[in-house]
Amino acid sequence: MSLIRRRVPADHAGGRETDAAGRAGRRGARVAEAQAIERDRKPWLLLSPALTAITFLLVVPTCFIVVYSFWLRTATGAEQVGFYLDNWKEVLSDPFYRDILLETLKIAAISTVACALMGYVPAYFIAYANVRHRGFLLLLLMLPFWISYIIRTMSWINILGTSGAINAVLLWLGVIDKPIEMLYNETSVVLGLVQFLLPFMILNIYVSLEGIDRNLTEAAKSLGCTGWQAFREVTLPLSLPGLAAGSLLCFVLGAGTYITPMILGGPEDAMFANLVYEAIVTQLNWPLGSALSLVLLIVLGGLVTIYTRYLGIDQIAKSFR
Amino acid sequence: MRASPGWIGISSFTILVYIFMFAPVVVVMLLAFNTSEFGSFPMQGVSFRWFVELWNNDAIVRAFRISMVLGALTSVISTTFGILASLAMVRFDFPGKRIMSTVLISPILIPEVVLAVALLLFLKFLGVPKSFPLLLLGHVIFTMPFVVLVVQARLVAIQREYEEAALSLGANSLQTFFAVTLPLMLPAVLAGMLFSFTISFDDITGTLFWKPGGVETVPTQIFAMLRNSISPEINALGTVMVVITVVLPLTGAAIGRRLAARMRTR
Repeated sequence: MSLIRRRVPADHAGGRETDAAGRAGRRGARVAEAQAIERDRKPWLLLSPALTAITFLLVVPTCFIVVYSFWLRTATGAEQVGFYLDNWKEVLSDPFYRDILLETLKIAAISTVACALMGYVPAYFIAYANVRHRGFLLLLLMLPFWISYIIRTMSWINILGTSGAINAVLLWLGVIDKPIEMLYNETSVVLGLVQFLLPFMILNIYVSLEGIDRNLTEAAKSLGCTGWQAFREVTLPLSLPGLAAGSLLCFVLGAGTYITPMILGGPEDAMFANLVYEAIVTQLNWPLGSALSLVLLIVLGGLVTIYTRYLGIDQIAKSFR
Repeated sequence: MRASPGWIGISSFTILVYIFMFAPVVVVMLLAFNTSEFGSFPMQGVSFRWFVELWNNDAIVRAFRISMVLGALTSVISTTFGILASLAMVRFDFPGKRIMSTVLISPILIPEVVLAVALLLFLKFLGVPKSFPLLLLGHVIFTMPFVVLVVQARLVAIQREYEEAALSLGANSLQTFFAVTLPLMLPAVLAGMLFSFTISFDDITGTLFWKPGGVETVPTQIFAMLRNSISPEINALGTVMVVITVVLPLTGAAIGRRLAARMRTR
């Protein structure tokens, strides 16, 4: 962000002319002014297609579902326009929704912690590995991003299923005599989520580790720290922004998914986004679906806002460099 | 530090994590070549029959075509918008810039499910049914932030002096853009296009909301097939997808790097 190049030469030229000769100089100043206006307009011109898209495909639609959530779906299936609090009353007071929301946050939290625990060491390994190997290691880290989410998720069926790899091995070894069902429970959902989210975590931690000045650890060691102490006192604290960015990303992505529980979870493992999907796609109760998705937006959006308020958005953007 | 017990521990743990990330996908690719009727262990022999069956399955071929067209259109539109926006962000300083950098990536800051619902209901209200255009609009808005992030990172690295030289030699700004800026930006453009194509090609979260009945993309087709049972055909389809989404960007990146290298030596 700091590398913005400003265009100043035109101003300089105009300025010098004004000093040189009276009238011609004033004309020069006017030209410079016109150029300045042109320059002020240009970025907005360049931004306008993207901003138009965001306004009409994101901002206005989001405001629209706020309005929509106060409408009512009548018994006939038609919508009643107006200001009814029924959807919100249902969503906010029914313990069914509250329990699933809490369950969703719990699963997302468990997955995030698991990602942090599993992700820190590989990130450290890549950051401190031999420079010659680092390119390859980074490539391996990027690969999962290119492999389809649904393929990675469904691949667990081949591992955990009754005729999957683990059962096949256990049967062959004679440890068990009939396959055990390891799928369609909370653990398999968490496993699928961790595998989906782990690359985001590793990448973010790696980026912050990569930015740490190596002289700092050397300095700490020369002052008598052991390697472990130097890590604990210097490297770990300095990598916390990356850990925080990775955790936020994992938590928000994890809490907003409905595909993983649909593929790897049982009927009891529905997450909050599944309720949204049910309401919108299956039951066609759009006002209720709007209210439900707004709850998800408020909870997760609140988290993002708190995070950016204190840590800024730049840390997450950094991982794209 | 290297070869110390601590470092050996770190590298072994890393290998285990990488196995955790890749083993399931490797198993999918293995089972795709299984002769058995059921997509499961034990493997009974190696064959390409499931790939042939894929080829003969009209629904899958159709889904494939839709995914390709959708991905291509998405990548063209969102890369165009994204590059223009990135140019504004990297080359200019203007009031409100900090806010703009957040606004531009806002589509990925809100949960995709919410974005999907909002867009679907709003366009329905305007009279646009679930349709291919809706799918396209959704994919564009969802992939654009990624393009902005990737392209911005590349643009920062391009020296401004080349453009200034062209301008001072009498080229107008349009000529400068096509003769100097665009060729220099080509790796960034390519990266943006590949990135948005892959994201669009893989997307299922929004797609399931936006797609009209009867239209399937490859991911939603896999999703629908999973509802019945896991067959070797799904594994074969998964293998094809992995090959497309992995090999394509890798060659793209290699070409991009070669182009960039040639620019530097010139």
